[in-house]
Amino acid sequence: MTWNDAVFMMPEIVLTIAASLLLIAPVAGFRNSEWFAKWATLIVLAITGGSIVACSWAVADLKPSTYLNAMFALDAFSIFFKLLFVVVIALIVLLSDDYLAESRYSPWEYYSVLCFALLGMMFMASGVHLIAIWTGLELMSLSSYILAGFFKNERKSTEAAMKYFVLGAVSSAILLFGLSLIYGVCGSLNLFKVATAMSTIVNNDALMFGIMLLGAGLCFKIAAAPFHVWTPDVYEGAPTPITAFLSTGSKAAAFAIFVRIFYVGVPDFQVHWSNVFATIAALSMVLGNLAAITQDNVKRMLAYSSIAHAGYVLLGIIALNNTGLRGILVYALVYVFANLGIWATVLMLRRHEYGGERVDDFEGLHRRQPFVAFCMVVFLLSLGGIPPTAGFIGKYFLFAAAVQSGFGWLAIIAVLMSAVSMFYYLRIVVAMYLREGRDADVAITSPLRFVAAVCLIVTLALGIWPTPLVDGAGASSRAIAVLSNAGR
Amino acid sequence: MGILNIVTYIPLVGAILLLFFPKNNPAAIRWTATLVAFADFAASIVLWTGFDPKASGTNIFQFTFTRDWIPSLGVKYAFGVDGIAILLILMTTLMGLIAIVSSFTAIGHREKEYYVLLLLLQTGMIGTFCALDFFLFYVFWEIMLVPMYFIIGIWGGPRKLYAAIKFFLYTLAGSVLMLLSILGLYFYNSTGIPFLGIKGLGNPATFSVLQFHEIGHTIPPDLQFWLFLGFFFGFAIKVPMFPFHTWLPDAHVEAPTAGSIILAAVLLKMGTYGFVRFALPILPDGTRQLVSWVVGLSIIGIIYGALVSLVQKDMKKLVAYSSVSHLGFVMLGMFALNPMGVKGSVLQMINHGISTGALFLLVGIIYERRHTRMIAEYGGLAKQMPMYAALFLIAALSSMGLPALNGFIGEFTILLGAANRSLVWAVFASVGIVLGAAYLLWLYQRVFWGPLDNPANRAVPDVNGREKLLMAALIACMVWIGVYPKPFFDMIEEPVNYVIKKVDPNYFAAAPATPAATAPVHEAMK
Repeated sequence: MTWNDAVFMMPEIVLTIAASLLLIAPVAGFRNSEWFAKWATLIVLAITGGSIVACSWAVADLKPSTYLNAMFALDAFSIFFKLLFVVVIALIVLLSDDYLAESRYSPWEYYSVLCFALLGMMFMASGVHLIAIWTGLELMSLSSYILAGFFKNERKSTEAAMKYFVLGAVSSAILLFGLSLIYGVCGSLNLFKVATAMSTIVNNDALMFGIMLLGAGLCFKIAAAPFHVWTPDVYEGAPTPITAFLSTGSKAAAFAIFVRIFYVGVPDFQVHWSNVFATIAALSMVLGNLAAITQDNVKRMLAYSSIAHAGYVLLGIIALNNTGLRGILVYALVYVFANLGIWATVLMLRRHEYGGERVDDFEGLHRRQPFVAFCMVVFLLSLGGIPPTAGFIGKYFLFAAAVQSGFGWLAIIAVLMSAVSMFYYLRIVVAMYLREGRDADVAITSPLRFVAAVCLIVTLALGIWPTPLVDGAGASSRAIAVLSNAGR
Repeated sequence: MGILNIVTYIPLVGAILLLFFPKNNPAAIRWTATLVAFADFAASIVLWTGFDPKASGTNIFQFTFTRDWIPSLGVKYAFGVDGIAILLILMTTLMGLIAIVSSFTAIGHREKEYYVLLLLLQTGMIGTFCALDFFLFYVFWEIMLVPMYFIIGIWGGPRKLYAAIKFFLYTLAGSVLMLLSILGLYFYNSTGIPFLGIKGLGNPATFSVLQFHEIGHTIPPDLQFWLFLGFFFGFAIKVPMFPFHTWLPDAHVEAPTAGSIILAAVLLKMGTYGFVRFALPILPDGTRQLVSWVVGLSIIGIIYGALVSLVQKDMKKLVAYSSVSHLGFVMLGMFALNPMGVKGSVLQMINHGISTGALFLLVGIIYERRHTRMIAEYGGLAKQMPMYAALFLIAALSSMGLPALNGFIGEFTILLGAANRSLVWAVFASVGIVLGAAYLLWLYQRVFWGPLDNPANRAVPDVNGREKLLMAALIACMVWIGVYPKPFFDMIEEPVNYVIKKVDPNYFAAAPATPAATAPVHEAMK
């Protein structure tokens, strides 16, 4: 490890030390000062975020470079995702605050595990070696299993964690098997070397099988059909802030490695894998959206909607062009903020254990809380891709990518399904504005209001003035292009 | 600043202003909304007076205002209007004002949200007519959906939820298909679609409508066919053409009066405007390939809409179905693809907005008094409400195309244009005119004549001053267009020629060979 490596690893090193400190804090005399856990975590996240920014300055003109024997890359792409992840985790911490306070569980452990999940996600964002990526993925996944079952005494939570763990372990094994096949054929797991090796291979069944297994494992992580069955149960059972994490941060991280692997590692086999993923994308969009229509539980509805969104993002992978790449980056960001905003609203409606989870619970919200209801409308419109919200910009890119790459039939399915999705998003709007509900109190705390406001500003501002986001995504996508050329 | 920005954003600013008003003072909210709408109307009049109808070629687009929006995609914030757009904007601001004033007593709850949404809707509508960049156009086009959805859904009738969702989803489904066509144009102009073997022109990426007007004719016919189909779904659902019209009766019947007025007068025109501004000039081959299908559906729409109107028991539904018939005329005239037909079609857009808007307003007036729209509940109203009966008669006559009123000018011009293409089209369309007279006169007869035998109708007060004022404004427009349509024809002369040159470049080259009979009539129409 050279000095350069250490500098580039700074955010990860800082975060590892800090997360460990959070874990031992209760033993070190902070057991009773639980109020401090949240602030300590936020400070850790702020330092991590600061060091990511500092790292980005250390690289002249954001020129991409690899470190630690080309295991990781520091480029605009990884910085984009790392910063996004830090912000997401910070917002999740704010969402968790009161939720945890009402439970009997130690916030120190919770926040520490959350930070380890973030560490895994950061490895995923910067990894350019399949083992590094896999390690990051496992770190994130294991943390997610723990968090999903964090409320040990609640049956739903435990059940969710168990389901998630068993299926997640199987998918990790499948992914690993895929990696071993790729290694067998290409002789390396470094993505650049894989790409170089593959450029000379015309067709190879073992390699193709390996790529398919890899894809299947990744599709499990992003919850694309037919690898989606765990999603509704886990989303419903997990503590709501963790559901928010699973549907935003964890998913965005999986998108990041999906992009890295398929854009940098195996683009040469596009003709072979694109049709398979096109089928998966179509299936996810149709199944996710149609199944969401019949759900009465908001958490399950959003779970199915997240399956559909995974399908939209796959359009960007299949397209394998600059538009698609930018689209995934833009979409990951806008999707994350719209979703986090919705989860904040769901948490506000929590009146008893599983309150605020049914569509009926939203009835008459506009009278009780006009601002919250308005935020919710904006978030739902953003998920549905209606301008002037940021969601439209994201969908625009992905649909454009599909058209540009000649997958017209897929684009038609995608746009029609996104119209269908408005049907169930509008169900919540109908409940909020068009039905007179019971007068029940809502638990609006300032952190929740803050999260909703941040998400509202991001969603509207990037919808009306998307240039910064589009340009940022453009820089990140160029980084991918440069890296993949440099590796050849 | 640009006057177009002023006209577009006055309602938005007004809506934001209204948000700060206290909820419990509906009078202040109403009058502020009225004031804002009036200011917007005045601004659009200023716009009109500054417009030069003589400009030709690409200069027909005036008051242009262009700024970068998303430079890396070539998306610009580009505004600009020609005569067609200005007429539609004038109608929008007028009908917006009328819709707001007509709601004073009709809307009894959640007034603040109501006027905020109406004003937001108006910004969306005007922006759609102003946009000269496809991306911007699409954004405004979609923005309109949300306020209208709420207006139907919150202040609508018994089946409002169903109607609102149907309206939203139907329109959305069409517009996303249109988005795909827009993307197809975008990539054809720049990088092409290598996967499908479509070579791009290699121009810098842009969504500029004028650029697409320039390159439209170079698009290969196969691609034009598919792109036209995408536009067709987007616009035909909005028009709505048979068989995509089923959302319309539901939306109209359930919407509050102001919602119906806006829907009929402006929202439906978005579809026909889309055809004349985008689909025809950009995709001439696609248009010619599909012209017989579109005309066929228009003629079916004309006759089907009229026949269905004939059997309606509900007045509002009758007027709604009559829209299907009238919009069929508009589409027929446009797809005659000659200046006469397109001019008639554009004028008929305005006429339909005024006449049908008036009819919806009148139905709303009686509904507010009696809370029923069933024709069977009425009879002999002329004795009880003579003024109302007179106003209704004028609106009905205008809608059915009586000479000296606006409808006649539009329909007659459309028939001339259609007959110029094919006598068969004109014959079928004439059947629609006859049926149109039948259902409106029969409606009038059943509601206003005969004995006043329903006791509930004996205490109904006649129209009040506010309603008279609204109707007077609309009737003035009807008479103006009916008696002296020249200013309106002058406004659309050059824009229509521009469209015809794009869609049928040979038309003017072969002009001397056109039947001599056309010219004098054409002159007479001016």
